[in-house]
Amino acid sequence: MAVQVRIPTILRSYTGGEKAVSGSGGTLAELIDDLDGRYEGIKARLVTDDGSLHRFVNVYVNDEDVRFLGSLSAPLADGDDVTILPAVAGG
Amino acid sequence: MRFDSLVDSVGHTPLVGLPRLSPSPDVRLWAKLEDRNPTGSVKDRAALWMIADAEKRGRLHPGATVLEPTSGNTGISLAMVCLQRGYRLVCVMPENTSVERRQLLRMWGAEVIFSPAAGGSNEAVAVAKRIAADNPDWVMLYQYGNPANAQAHFDSTGPELLADLPTMTHFVAGLGTSGTLMGVGRYLREHAPDVRIVAAEPRYGELVYGLRNIDEGFVPELYDPAILDARFSVGPRDALARTRELVELEGVFAGISTGAILHAALAQAERAVAAGIRADIAFIVCDGGWKYLSTGAYSGTLDEAARALEGQLWA
Repeated sequence: MAVQVRIPTILRSYTGGEKAVSGSGGTLAELIDDLDGRYEGIKARLVTDDGSLHRFVNVYVNDEDVRFLGSLSAPLADGDDVTILPAVAGG
Repeated sequence: MRFDSLVDSVGHTPLVGLPRLSPSPDVRLWAKLEDRNPTGSVKDRAALWMIADAEKRGRLHPGATVLEPTSGNTGISLAMVCLQRGYRLVCVMPENTSVERRQLLRMWGAEVIFSPAAGGSNEAVAVAKRIAADNPDWVMLYQYGNPANAQAHFDSTGPELLADLPTMTHFVAGLGTSGTLMGVGRYLREHAPDVRIVAAEPRYGELVYGLRNIDEGFVPELYDPAILDARFSVGPRDALARTRELVELEGVFAGISTGAILHAALAQAERAVAAGIRADIAFIVCDGGWKYLSTGAYSGTLDEAARALEGQLWA
């Protein structure tokens, strides 16, 4: 299952400067493991030691926040667009 | 309607149906016209409640200086209230905001200190916190963590919405400080618990996310995800397309963040149609389009308009 993953500027040091990479996995957790296999160290920036999504990292599947879709267990389907962004202030 | 002064006229905004954008008579969209507030945005409610709360707590005295990090609308609303109450206002605003916002702030008597574009509002918050530390007698209301911000919507926006639309099934608003969503959301959880609370947040260009480190990220202290049912990220192209549809089909001339909210509201409408269920979807029109004319949002192709917004804090 192939998905497109958009990488924020702050994490592109792991992807050799690539803005978007493809990955695979049936859930967000599997996708992150897959990415970490090729871009070693990226998982540690996204997931905390206790196994939850980092507080200041937002991940969206087809523009919907994964925290409302099961977080790391959020299901992924072929062709999904995944966007990773740091949490910033609005207002 | 008659009021003793301008600040007394905050709120009680119209809720209007959008028959041409609504997909069917069973799935309807309703726009809460917050641009009808005294300075033309939803932030008048938060500003008035935060000032009144600070006065009640004895934090503000005649001639006091109020300090606030803001990308624009909150500052403009605070400036209007401070002007009437005799306070001096200092706003810290990112430099990548529309020129109209600074003109309006100065017109209402506020002083503006600019923070660097990179990092967006995060940087404005950081700069304001440093200034507050250097000026301990100044009062920072701090919209991101001030419960009076959400309380404004619990006390006013929420009750107005439910009174006007008792059949409401969805409420959709923008996520910035999270004040509107938390306040209206909590009110609806208590009085209409089946209403789905949906957040739409703007997705900006890369410059705005230019943190040096993930740990510099920011989540407003007011934000409680337990109040929400879903949260969507909306990019500038979708926001612009919906902003234009809103004025072209329904005659509602709104700012760009409203387009982002409408985009999320229409997604909820499509889901209701697909599921064959009735829906009354209320959403917030945060402000009118006037402050964004200089950004080119309403002219040229969508691609041109989206390019012009790159690097701007458009919501």
